[in-house]
Amino acid sequence: MKTVVLVKQVPDSGAERRLRDADHTIERESADNLINEMDDYAIEEALRLQEAHGGEVTILTMGPTQAAESIRKALSMGPDQAVHVLDDALAGSCAVATSAVLAAALRTLSPDLVLSGAESTDGRVQAMPHMVAERLGIAALTGARKLTVGGDGTLTVERQTDEGYEVVTAATPAVVSVWDTINEPRYPSFKGIMAAKKKPVSVLSLADLGIDPGEVGTAGATSAVVSHQERPARSAGQKIIDQGDGGVKLVEFLASEKFV
Amino acid sequence: MVTEDPRLLPTPEAHDLLELTRELADKELAPRADEGEHRGEFPRELIRTLGRAGLLGLPYPAVHGGGDQPYQVYLRVLELLASRWLAVAEAVSVHTLACYPLAAHGTDAQRERLLPAMLGGELLGAYCLTEPAGGSDPAAMTTRADRDGESYLVSGTKAWITHAGVADFYNVFCRTGGGGANGISCLLVDAGTPGIAPQARERTMGLRASPVAQIAFDGVPVPVDRRLGAEGQGFSIAMQALDAGRLGIAACAVGLAQAALDYALRYARERQQFGRPIVEFQGVGFLLADAATQIAAARALTLSAARLRDLGLPYTAEAAKAKLFATDMAMQVTTDAVQVLGGYGYVADHPVERWMREAKVLQIVEGTNQIQRLVIARGLAHG
Ligand SMILES: Cc1cc2nc3c(=O)[nH]c(=O)nc-3n(C[C@H](O)[C@H](O)[C@H](O)COP(=O)(O)OP(=O)(O)OC[C@H]3O[C@@H](n4cnc5c(N)ncnc54)[C@H](O)[C@@H]3O)c2cc1C
Ligand SMILES: Cc1cc2nc3c(=O)[nH]c(=O)nc-3n(C[C@H](O)[C@H](O)[C@H](O)COP(=O)(O)OP(=O)(O)OC[C@H]3O[C@@H](n4cnc5c(N)ncnc54)[C@H](O)[C@@H]3O)c2cc1C
Repeated sequence: MKTVVLVKQVPDSGAERRLRDADHTIERESADNLINEMDDYAIEEALRLQEAHGGEVTILTMGPTQAAESIRKALSMGPDQAVHVLDDALAGSCAVATSAVLAAALRTLSPDLVLSGAESTDGRVQAMPHMVAERLGIAALTGARKLTVGGDGTLTVERQTDEGYEVVTAATPAVVSVWDTINEPRYPSFKGIMAAKKKPVSVLSLADLGIDPGEVGTAGATSAVVSHQERPARSAGQKIIDQGDGGVKLVEFLASEKFV
Repeated sequence: MVTEDPRLLPTPEAHDLLELTRELADKELAPRADEGEHRGEFPRELIRTLGRAGLLGLPYPAVHGGGDQPYQVYLRVLELLASRWLAVAEAVSVHTLACYPLAAHGTDAQRERLLPAMLGGELLGAYCLTEPAGGSDPAAMTTRADRDGESYLVSGTKAWITHAGVADFYNVFCRTGGGGANGISCLLVDAGTPGIAPQARERTMGLRASPVAQIAFDGVPVPVDRRLGAEGQGFSIAMQALDAGRLGIAACAVGLAQAALDYALRYARERQQFGRPIVEFQGVGFLLADAATQIAAARALTLSAARLRDLGLPYTAEAAKAKLFATDMAMQVTTDAVQVLGGYGYVADHPVERWMREAKVLQIVEGTNQIQRLVIARGLAHG
């Protein structure tokens, strides 16, 4: 089976993140950039399927130059190769444009299975897998907590919902996005890190994909962020000093906030 | 913070290795250390995770599945692990020690047959030298291996064996000939062999997650082709292994002390008395300054001994100096860390009292610090 994993580089969600004043985009240069957490689970799932059924695993990333670091990190876990879509004109791309670029790159790879995270920790649109599947005209099995591949190549997914889960199936090719309940991603090994340095990473430009630069980036954005504001600093909490009536006051507070 | 000045690392891959180690140490070791020590449970699965990452065979050749790393890089890995959870670093160090006799003294056939699994990360080794009657004078050991056709039958009791009962293989030093150092051989024994009986775990002062116990051997059959080196060569193999092992203990001591300094420093910056952070009192600041200096000196001494080893030069006395200095230093620094925290340092809510208990064992294992002085003095007298 030929699997492509969509991997996005994102700013560390544990650290402070900022938007640039000029164009309201994320300041990616100053941040510590990591593989989007959910994408680690997608990579792990691809590797497990490869261990069970053979085939090859390719990483696909659209992102700026520094995304190459995350690509190497992803490869050190075990995938065979990577494709990096890199073009200055991509800066400021909206989700719709991003999906067009990823779909175009996927067409050149013709995978049986596309795996992705269910959500990125920066954009959080949760729509990329659906949009990519729509553009490719294939099924989208999203929000998986379990994925199995049948003997005839049929994909079966337990789709996590608020109430429980749904079981959905599709024939390949298809897009499957995963939540962090699906597996426990492995650490890279020292040998894997060494091997990753020699794995092929092909860099594709918009021209390579036949995409007009005017349709992507800030220029082609289907929507624009017009302003942004930092979340107001948290105000100091209310302090209750126990003078014998502390318990009562706590309950009164909880009741006033409708917690009890 | 543990210094990782890239200028001090010999290769870019060493840098990558330390980054991987840091990720594992921060995510897997640090969050589990307190609870693990409190419960006294050996973190076998965690050691497997380190094994899969390639950390259980670092200083051995890649052809046998090792990491091909010089000792100075392997020791930086140990230091980093020890700064998050000493028992785990100790496990890596003991396992690495237990692979040494085969790697250095096995025949090609033995190495090809046995070493890949031992370095592969799934198996764990132990090193059985000490006996109840004596650790400092191992040449007086009484555990015997008597020839019986194509096997030896091993009988006797080993004491203080780290990984007793959890190891997959044991290096057993035992007497195949007459008295003294020349009658000792080294056998590589599968843990599942009948007649091996690990005893109840010792109730240790620290390192409680690391199982230590006596092991009774009662007529344990070991094929002759599991002897490493010639008959009678065992004592010299044991001493060579300990030269390398002592560097591991020194690196563990540096990591432990660094953790204690980092913790005490953070506390001293925050804790206020007389309206000021206590770090601003010279009495506290100088304590921390001395600790920082001693740690840097111990690290440098350890790495310089390791570089001699990496160059294939004699390093026995240098390893003894590093082990002696680094472990005495760690005892001092962890004790001072408790002092910096005052009453808060004396309770289990902070890890410094545990680190102080853990430091103590480093002055005892792989040759007490008296024995290190003996080794150094002997080198001076006859060198
Ligand atoms: C209306 C709108 C306007 C925007 N405008 C801008 C803008 O002006 N400037 C700007 O910088 N950003 C902008 N963004 C954000 C940016 O377009 C999205 O972050 C990006 O398109 C990916 O969406 P996501 O990460 O939220 O997708 P999600 O659907 O949350 O991500 C799910 C999965 O899709 C995959 N994936 C997502 N992106 C990539 C990628 N680049 N490469 C490989 N795999 C990927 C990953 O597997 C990920 O786990 C905008 C978003 C919206 C909705
Ligand atoms: C937690 C722990 C883990 C251990 N793990 C292992 C292991 O995995 N494998 C293994 O083989 N052993 C192991 N040991 C054993 C350890 O190596 C011995 O405890 C150590 O070598 C000391 O031996 P002993 O306890 O018999 O003390 P003794 O040899 O009885 O020494 C008692 C005291 O006398 C001093 N002394 C002895 N001889 C001299 C001398 N000539 N000059 C000056 N002073 C001297 C010693 O320094 C010490 O202070 C472990 C011990 C501990 C506590």
